[in-house]
Amino acid sequence: MLCFICVIIAVIPLLSILFEVVVRGAPQLSLQFLTQPSGVIGQSAGGIGPAIQGTLILIGLTSLIGVPIGVLSGVYLAEYGNNKYAASMRTVNDILTEFPSIVVGITVFSVVVLNTGYHSPLAGAIALALILIPIVARTTEESLKLVPNSVREASLALGVHKWRTTLNIVLPAAKSGLITGILLAVARIAGETAPLIMTVLGNQNFFSGFDQPIDALPLRIWKDALMPYPSSQAQGWGAALVLILIVLSLNIGVRIASRSRLQK
Amino acid sequence: MNQTLSYDNLFKLLTAIIAASAAVILIVNAYTLSTGALPVLQRFGGYFFIGTQWNPVPGREIFGALPYLLGTLVTSAIALLIGVPLSLGIAIFLVEMAPKTVKVPISYLVELLAAVPSVIYGLWGLFVFRFWILNYIETPLSTYLGWIPVFSGTPFGLDVFSAGVILAIMIIPTVSSVSREVIQAVPDSLREAAYSIGATKWEVTRHWVLSYGRSGIFGAVILGLGRAVGETMAVTMVIGNAIGPAAVPTSLFKPSQTMSSLIANGFLEATPASLELPAYIGVGLILLLLALSINIIAHMMVTRVLKVKGGGAVE
Repeated sequence: MLCFICVIIAVIPLLSILFEVVVRGAPQLSLQFLTQPSGVIGQSAGGIGPAIQGTLILIGLTSLIGVPIGVLSGVYLAEYGNNKYAASMRTVNDILTEFPSIVVGITVFSVVVLNTGYHSPLAGAIALALILIPIVARTTEESLKLVPNSVREASLALGVHKWRTTLNIVLPAAKSGLITGILLAVARIAGETAPLIMTVLGNQNFFSGFDQPIDALPLRIWKDALMPYPSSQAQGWGAALVLILIVLSLNIGVRIASRSRLQK
Repeated sequence: MNQTLSYDNLFKLLTAIIAASAAVILIVNAYTLSTGALPVLQRFGGYFFIGTQWNPVPGREIFGALPYLLGTLVTSAIALLIGVPLSLGIAIFLVEMAPKTVKVPISYLVELLAAVPSVIYGLWGLFVFRFWILNYIETPLSTYLGWIPVFSGTPFGLDVFSAGVILAIMIIPTVSSVSREVIQAVPDSLREAAYSIGATKWEVTRHWVLSYGRSGIFGAVILGLGRAVGETMAVTMVIGNAIGPAAVPTSLFKPSQTMSSLIANGFLEATPASLELPAYIGVGLILLLLALSINIIAHMMVTRVLKVKGGGAVE
């Protein structure tokens, strides 16, 4: 009974967050809200178009940089990982998955932003990729290990080389696990705020070049929440609703997909 | 033959190099922060770690990181005090008590807590949760127990206590899922032996299951600590953002500052040429060292326990 109360206490914040975000965010939603720039601060007209665009750009760039690196690291750990080097890389990956994201922001600021001289989408994507890579590497390794060895042996017995076996047989066999892991990692970085503060900076306008700051949903929410104007705060709740819809649909979608696969 | 062999070796070499990315990320982070913080460490030396003043005005610059280190430690401690018992309760419920039909939905819900972005916790904390805390916990406590130093001050809802409670909610998914695995790894024979000598469910759980899994559970707790220490946005939005000696967390109901919230709030306003930027980077370095050592300890404890599991229980 006591333990059940613990469950209730833990679920209340979740339900309250979802409830408040929907109730306060839903009235904001309109075509104009989703597509227009934020307009004059303190007036209700305006939207979060640039923030949505920025988040999509960041997700795309981050995946472009991070997914190949993460997947190939995972391939090494799973297929050739029976040695001390792999074991230590596995440990480092584990440790990095709970690494403070704001530290990554400082690093990318010092290395990329200070050297190029401007805040840019690329700097933000590099920071997010550094967070994404260890997660994708771990999930890739785990899903490759689920592929039965007989599959590898069958391919090798036909005279297919190990590297071709890995790329053409093992990776496709683990496809759904790979996609699940990647989507969950993307859901995680889509909501990251701290490393974006010093890398993409935030912007009132749409994307205007790779040497310009861009906006992102989490940054918009943070800035709107701290504004003294009710209209800005309402805009923040609207942005929160859009962000939580993106993140939760990735999460729930993945769960449903992987569950129905297991039941087959 | 030779050529094809070399393709295989080439592929192995390529993936081996890419697998080093993890170490590269870690080293680049550590190196960049160390060199970036060097100016401020050279100028202030030990004061940077034990000092409480924070003044970026050129000519009168002085930087001490102690209040923010304390802020991080105190908020994380509150998070553990509240979050760990709840997480253990959830883990025990899911493994030992819950019928199959509610097990899956409940563990989904708890995992969804981990999926909610930190900034949304912050938004909710700032506009909703703050008033629950203020009206139902802080105001009564300060009215009746305000004479105790830790409850002193005028509660405002944006303080050390609020930040700690938000962190407690955020570490629940981590702590409960790892301790659930640990509890699941406790062999059933142990439970059966305890039941057979007449122990009740509560006694079995309390004296056998929890004590068998205690080092793994300790690992889960440390993992939660690691998460709490590195958390930024939610804390930044509810901790009240004090600066300098005022940020030393002497009371639960006082605005303070953690290392990560200090960086999030101030980093952009620092001028790159001044000593202020190295000071923020220095705080980041302390955070990195703290988080790294916590995560390494947690990793060692959790893997040791789950390795034992291989021989014991099979689900």
